Amino acid sequence: MSLATETRPMTRREWLLSDRPQSRLQARLGRAYMTWRRFSANRLAVVGLLILLGLCFVAAFADLLAPHSPVIGNLAGARLLPPGSEGYLLGTDDQGRDILSRLIHGSRLTLAVVVLVAIIAAPVGLIVGAVAGYAGGWLDAILMRITDIFLAFPKLVLALAFVAALGPGIENAVIAIAVTSWPPYARIARAETLTVRNSDYIAAVRLMGASPARIVFRHVVPMCMSSLIVRVTLDMAGIILTAAGLGFLGLGAQPPLPEWGAMIASGRRFILDQWWVATMPGIAILIVSLGFNLLGDGLRDALDPRESGQ
Amino acid sequence: MSGTEYLSGRRRARSRKAVAAALQFLVVVATTYIGLLAVTFFIGRVIPIDPVLAVLGDRAPAHVVERTREAMGLNLPLYQQFFIYCRQALSGDFGVSVLTTNAVMTDIRRVFPATIELATLGTLIGALIGVPLGVLAAVKRGSIADQIVRVIGLVGYSVPIFWLALLALLVFYARLKWVAYPGRIDIVYEYTFSPITGFYLVDALWQRQWDVFRDVFRHIILPASLLGYFSLAYISRMTRSFMLNELQQEYIVAARAKGLSEARIIWGHALRNAAVPLVTVIALSYAGLLEGSVLTETVFSWPGLGLYITNSLQNADMNAVLGGTIVIGSVFIGINLLSDLLYRTLDPRTRAR
Repeated sequence: MSLATETRPMTRREWLLSDRPQSRLQARLGRAYMTWRRFSANRLAVVGLLILLGLCFVAAFADLLAPHSPVIGNLAGARLLPPGSEGYLLGTDDQGRDILSRLIHGSRLTLAVVVLVAIIAAPVGLIVGAVAGYAGGWLDAILMRITDIFLAFPKLVLALAFVAALGPGIENAVIAIAVTSWPPYARIARAETLTVRNSDYIAAVRLMGASPARIVFRHVVPMCMSSLIVRVTLDMAGIILTAAGLGFLGLGAQPPLPEWGAMIASGRRFILDQWWVATMPGIAILIVSLGFNLLGDGLRDALDPRESGQ
Repeated sequence: MSGTEYLSGRRRARSRKAVAAALQFLVVVATTYIGLLAVTFFIGRVIPIDPVLAVLGDRAPAHVVERTREAMGLNLPLYQQFFIYCRQALSGDFGVSVLTTNAVMTDIRRVFPATIELATLGTLIGALIGVPLGVLAAVKRGSIADQIVRVIGLVGYSVPIFWLALLALLVFYARLKWVAYPGRIDIVYEYTFSPITGFYLVDALWQRQWDVFRDVFRHIILPASLLGYFSLAYISRMTRSFMLNELQQEYIVAARAKGLSEARIIWGHALRNAAVPLVTVIALSYAGLLEGSVLTETVFSWPGLGLYITNSLQNADMNAVLGGTIVIGSVFIGINLLSDLLYRTLDPRTRAR
């Protein structure tokens, strides 16, 4: 095979699947390859991945892809045009704005909310759970009690109250959702930590004189990552739905931002006669959160066969 | 040690264990509830609006502001304020709603039955359809039926409820005219029908007012079916995985070897064993529907707690918002803990030995 080099006369596949990896890089790549094989065998999961890649692509090139401005409409000649009108593929809203362009630009907001919540909530949960699990004793008891308290709260209602206090806006919606979504991550991280904390390699690192902080961050946290990633991906759909719900109630992104939930809210008044104004953003939300759910299911089956329930 | 002594010792140990478990449960309930109060207290304090100025307006003279601040207990140290807040909340005093000028608790008592009725009917629909679907998917694993159930569940997890509600209104109310317009009851009946419990379906049945019952049913069926769909998605998925787990057990093989009918094995043996975790799942989905009603009620103008909270939110009526949050939070916590307790007491396998 042309990919095989002179020094290592085996195919790339053999190199990846070798049970005697010559280097760390090879071992890691081999594992990644196995995971990818398991993942890509699941066709629906690949569909989910493609949907999300599409979302990222649309968000990145929104300015080039959108045929019209997302905020400035044509009030004179293009109000409430039905889908398929000339130049307006998905129709226009009450201010003569192209719905397709607004959806394309709205993908940035959706992506931003999801990414921000993930990078706020996941590390908090990870650290709380890993520290609680590794330290044990009273620190564990206190941290887990706090986690359980937050876990028992109704998420959407609490997020509503938070946003009511902080004031409407997409930043506050992100904070409110993040505050209510870290506890499951802490639970998962703690469970994973408990399974590794008494293993030999942790004892070895401790004998070499590593500090507890170093053990937790360098040796415990990486072990929690795969189940955490699965859970975060599965939660993404819920985060999108909550953000859209806040937007729908007028508490998320404020006009004229093309946030999908807020777009549904503004189309609500015309639902009986101009159904497309509210319908199109809903389809966008459905597709994206379906993508996250499919990807999450696929990742769970590939990374964490115990949990898959298959 | 004689036999009787040994026995009584064991009984004492068991009762001590039960007391310890009960105490632990109480601690969990108390800390969770205090946590809820602490969070709502914190939310109430971080609002940029000064509560004194909210009452007096910003043109009040300084000494009046000072006096009101004292009267409202806002000059006390924070922990004392929190203590007073907890005492008031525990006695059901959430202050007065600025919007309706009633005590928040009075308002909530008026609107809460509507939410309970909706969520209960929704859970009933979800459980009655979701459990058989889940069983079907598990028994016919990998078949077309399994795939369809899976897709129904996935869409239920991914669709925004308020959007689906709007579309349902468009199709079933505006186009097909199968159901009544948003709201709980026709204006015609609003003044002739006097509810007793606040659950209109029950009240209408009780008073044998069949026309009212039919009207109320035409109003509730669409929002309840929507909520039901969301709990169906969750319940059918969980039923499937519980049933798959049970169907792999050896007692199923034994039952087959005895020659029991397939129906008996599935419904009598496997589902019976899956029932306990299923009860927990249904309880949790009920709690989820109470929360999900916030968005649904907004779309259907359903005069329940969810609509009350969102209306108050839009009018910056913080007392009402926090009161509603505490009530929903309390019910949510209660159901959560109760389902946990149920799980532990119903299933002999999880009972502490």
